[in-house]
Amino acid sequence: MIEIEHLSKVYIDKNGRVNALQDVSLSIQKGDIFGVIGMSGAGKSTLLRCLSMLETPSEGRILLEGQDLSTLKGAARRAAHKKMGVVFQGYNLLMQKTVAENVAFPLRLEKKADKAAVDARVAELLALVGLADRAGAYPAQLSGGQKQRVAIARALAANPAVLLCDEPTSALDALTTRSVLELLADINRKLGVTIVIITHELNVVKTVCNRMAVIDDSHIVEQGDTARIFEAPQSRIARLLLGKEEA
Amino acid sequence: MSEFLAQYGPLLLQGTGETLYMTAASTFFAYLLGLPMGVLLTVTKPGALAPAPRFQAVFGWLVNVLRSLPFIILMIFVIPFTRALVGTSIGCTAAIVPLTLSAAPFVARMVESSLEEVDAGVVEAVKSMGATNWQIVTRVMLVESVPSLLRGLSISTITILGYTAITGAVGAGGLGNLALRFGYQRYQKDVMYATIVLLVLLVCIIQSVFNFAARRADRSRR
Repeated sequence: MIEIEHLSKVYIDKNGRVNALQDVSLSIQKGDIFGVIGMSGAGKSTLLRCLSMLETPSEGRILLEGQDLSTLKGAARRAAHKKMGVVFQGYNLLMQKTVAENVAFPLRLEKKADKAAVDARVAELLALVGLADRAGAYPAQLSGGQKQRVAIARALAANPAVLLCDEPTSALDALTTRSVLELLADINRKLGVTIVIITHELNVVKTVCNRMAVIDDSHIVEQGDTARIFEAPQSRIARLLLGKEEA
Repeated sequence: MSEFLAQYGPLLLQGTGETLYMTAASTFFAYLLGLPMGVLLTVTKPGALAPAPRFQAVFGWLVNVLRSLPFIILMIFVIPFTRALVGTSIGCTAAIVPLTLSAAPFVARMVESSLEEVDAGVVEAVKSMGATNWQIVTRVMLVESVPSLLRGLSISTITILGYTAITGAVGAGGLGNLALRFGYQRYQKDVMYATIVLLVLLVCIIQSVFNFAARRADRSRR
């Protein structure tokens, strides 16, 4: 589904070069809920930004269903964007639009958006995320968990093959986190959407991810089945995270 | 009082009408020019939608030069252009030309600062949906910033209203012209006081109407 091959990302700022990612290779299978865990500054957000084509890799490539994302331009690039829905930590909803308008937004970007079809799809998505009764509300009137549900519905609107989630629960309390994770697992089961979750919360990976990778200091230090890594972590950072080694 | 109104009432009414006409028309045309200018200033910044740092620097410099030109000098400077455009350089309609030219760069900066307030995360989210830059500008930036744009519109309108008084000095109509003709040239202070009261009233009304509209339009507050 997604193959990341020798991906590197270098930022150049006034302090010089910053290697945010170095030689990262990952393989994400269709139907996975793939967790990428790491500490702040490890490079996990850069990884997601490269995956969602908000950043261009410095080296290496990302293949989505065999298509190299980093070479795409113009209309082909926009078409590839539509294969991936992105959910952000800060929700990033349109504050001047209602819940329904937010969910409809990606659909209305199409030139030939059929109003009845859009309305039907929005109703279906809001029912899926359990917000059918809040269609006319504005984001400012919603709780954090509800906002993230709207963001998930919006990310799913254009029927993407992949859902990319950047710290989707990091701004939420424990109970809300659990319900959002249940929703993601539900979506994965019902719609067969491949999900990538970037997080610093161990609990998130443990709860929903079938496979995972550990990122530390711009490198992937470990990847594989979640159960296997939780059982017998190989890397030092994973052992630290799991409390199997003292810092 | 009633005697004063009987004598000068029609004149003051006409002056108010002319001031409103000049203000409304100039504001409209200033936004017609200034809105795209403000969008261009915003989207060409480094790291923005369509970065063009060199163009941005030159264009920003041009806007600043235009803004630093004192209005009364600009008004005289553009007389040939005004004459070519509206056939005369005297009167309310002629005054709209320098008013528009002077206000457009100001409006551009107001629009720019409103668009800057739009959450960069929201723009990224929409980008990740595969939106074109045109869609991002017209459906996100200009929509999310409506309350701020309305507050800017209120400031721009009141600034232009103030400038219309200066055009009175060179023969355009309006309340400023009345104040100058009667208050300054004929020592009729009462007429000048009346124009001041009217101008203050106009400013208050414009301010509260736009503020109300901005509050009503803003859905990002509960």
